[in-house]
Amino acid sequence: MFKVLYNEKIAPGIYKMVIDAPLIAAKAKSGQFIMIRIDEAGERIPLTIADIDGKNITIVYQAVGVTTYKLAEKKNREFVSDVVGPSGHATDIRKIGTVCCVGGGVGIAELYPVAKAYKNAGNNVIVIVGARNKELLIFKKELELLGVEIFIITDDGSIGEKGFVTDVLKRVMNSGKKIDLVYAVGPGVMMEAVSNLTKSRAIKTLVSLNTVLVDGTGMCGSCRVQVGDETKFVCVDGPEFDGHLVNFKELKIRQGLFVEQEKHACKIRGIPVI
Amino acid sequence: MKKQTAKERIRNFKEVALGLSAEEALKEASRCLFCKKAKCSANCPVEIDIPRFINAIKNRRFDEAIRIIKEKNNLPGVCGRVCPQENQCEDACILNAKKAPINIGGLERFVADYELQHILRVEGIGHEALGHKVAIIGSGPAGLTCAGDLARMGYKVTVFEALHTAGGVLVYGIPEFRLPKEIVKKEVKYLEFLGIEVKTNFIVGKTSSLKDIFEQGYKAVFIGTGAGLPSFMNVPGENLNRVYSSNELLTRVNLMKAYLFPEYDTPINIGKKVAVIGGGNTAMDSARVSVRLGAEKVYIVYRRTENEMPARKEERENAKEEGVEFRMLTLPTGIIGDEKGFVKSMECVKMELGEPDDSGRRRPVIVKDSEFIMDVDTVIVAIGQNPNPVFLKATPELALNKWSKIITDPRTQATNIKGVYAGGDATEGDDTVIAAMGAGKRAAKAISVYLKNEK
Repeated sequence: MFKVLYNEKIAPGIYKMVIDAPLIAAKAKSGQFIMIRIDEAGERIPLTIADIDGKNITIVYQAVGVTTYKLAEKKNREFVSDVVGPSGHATDIRKIGTVCCVGGGVGIAELYPVAKAYKNAGNNVIVIVGARNKELLIFKKELELLGVEIFIITDDGSIGEKGFVTDVLKRVMNSGKKIDLVYAVGPGVMMEAVSNLTKSRAIKTLVSLNTVLVDGTGMCGSCRVQVGDETKFVCVDGPEFDGHLVNFKELKIRQGLFVEQEKHACKIRGIPVI
Repeated sequence: MKKQTAKERIRNFKEVALGLSAEEALKEASRCLFCKKAKCSANCPVEIDIPRFINAIKNRRFDEAIRIIKEKNNLPGVCGRVCPQENQCEDACILNAKKAPINIGGLERFVADYELQHILRVEGIGHEALGHKVAIIGSGPAGLTCAGDLARMGYKVTVFEALHTAGGVLVYGIPEFRLPKEIVKKEVKYLEFLGIEVKTNFIVGKTSSLKDIFEQGYKAVFIGTGAGLPSFMNVPGENLNRVYSSNELLTRVNLMKAYLFPEYDTPINIGKKVAVIGGGNTAMDSARVSVRLGAEKVYIVYRRTENEMPARKEERENAKEEGVEFRMLTLPTGIIGDEKGFVKSMECVKMELGEPDDSGRRRPVIVKDSEFIMDVDTVIVAIGQNPNPVFLKATPELALNKWSKIITDPRTQATNIKGVYAGGDATEGDDTVIAAMGAGKRAAKAISVYLKNEK
């Protein structure tokens, strides 16, 4: 059993949870994830570690299905049955020059530790974050505290510019500044758009993929994704891959495998279907 | 042994084989000739004194019988159900010459269930506490056996398990209808009673490294990390939706109880016509799970013939009784998807048997111009798996063979690292539950010798 120290809504439908997990906190690095199972009947789902503080880890999630709804209902000092990790490869952090960190939606929480680590390694970090609107823009304060250049963009222009993250990225790329790496995490369509944009200029691009996982230890192959000519497993080979090689079309299809089942489960529990 | 009828059992996940009654067990035990030089025991990978335990049954001393089995085997409820007895003890039974061999598996299961029902507690052998801490990585059959034997010798044993529950392949792989999870749970409880500690949600290689384990004071380590990483066929269309590895199907259904969805949260999405690729026990399990999940047509697609199939005869027969159709000498060459990315059909070619290969089985070769399409909407790939990569990647100093299996000394299960032993599917050869248990046993003996010499 793992103790939930904190679980609060930080934006409409988006929650931040701090879990007492000293063994995981001791080893976790930016880019890694945990598997969580809430209770005996629960599903195992992956969540990226958004922050590590002493013995605690922070995860940020959007309540979009049965498991994340159940998670949102957890009160401070209640328990979740299982938490395991840290899994996946950590981000390869080193000094490379200028790193452009692009995050969208709930992915901004996953972007934060990576941007922080690149900054601490001595890189010039540019952060571009996008959300549907002002209310849904998370981790603004945390990112501002990093003291790096930040661009905010929303679909409706309620904060920052109006448009998409790729609009800003294009501008930064055209500004004459040499970008050594683009790191993108967020919805599949966003990562795909970013990868397509950077490919034209051959700027190395890493994307952090979110697929369906079961065990999360390389055993089931549920998370397989085509990268270049090879099939890779997100849980043990990833979650980060070369964005120019990922087959995003296939990724999108595979994410839809259980949509009907999920809708059904939401319906019978009275959870709004997204 | 009585079974649920096929008609009945295809609609539930309850155990198929119903076990022997006390009367049936007594009757079966009384058929035993109690050979002086018992070939059955000699053929048992964990060396159970079979005539002695059967004699105890014959004398109605069921508690004595289980005690005799537990001198050698800490998981009799498991072994009585999933051991391939027909290739081991029962194959060696002298009665084979005239009539049916003794149903040794059935008798083992009977006394194991008797113990579990009566909550008898067979104590350890009674060694004094030896103090040394031993770490076991993975709680499958190899790890649990090694742990149990070491605990009985008096060592302090911790088993590290990556998943949320102990048992490894016994809980994620073998279906409920062949091995009820309640049995595994009780066997693990028994091992805990012997003194082992199980730490679930702990991935050695991630949560801690092998080095950390030694630094925490463990003096020896047994690696039983098992198979992982499923093999795929490398044919076009394998990443389409509703193509699963057998590992994924079985993990969803067995470990996560997807057959109880939506009461349980983990879903499974299979169609009406399922092709299971492969000829092993895992393929049979996958096919029989698919039947129970409501598939209307389930095929076993295998590139050789039934004679070459590694699956147990009993499992093949069970599958056929449940309506599974065998499509032999058939090799899938591609999977075709619909516009939404779901399986629509499967391309195959016909095979014929040629000259024997390295395994002694006749090599299947493609029949020219024999392409055809199978009308299926779900494909389960059950063609084997590679060792779990997580621990191995984190431990590059461990010597592996070209198939990434840990190289061990077959007598002691020792690896190239001092104090580190390995067995089961993570190593070469131990491809059944009982073979893995045999390796766990050999390792336990060797570890105890090693620790005594280290003093």
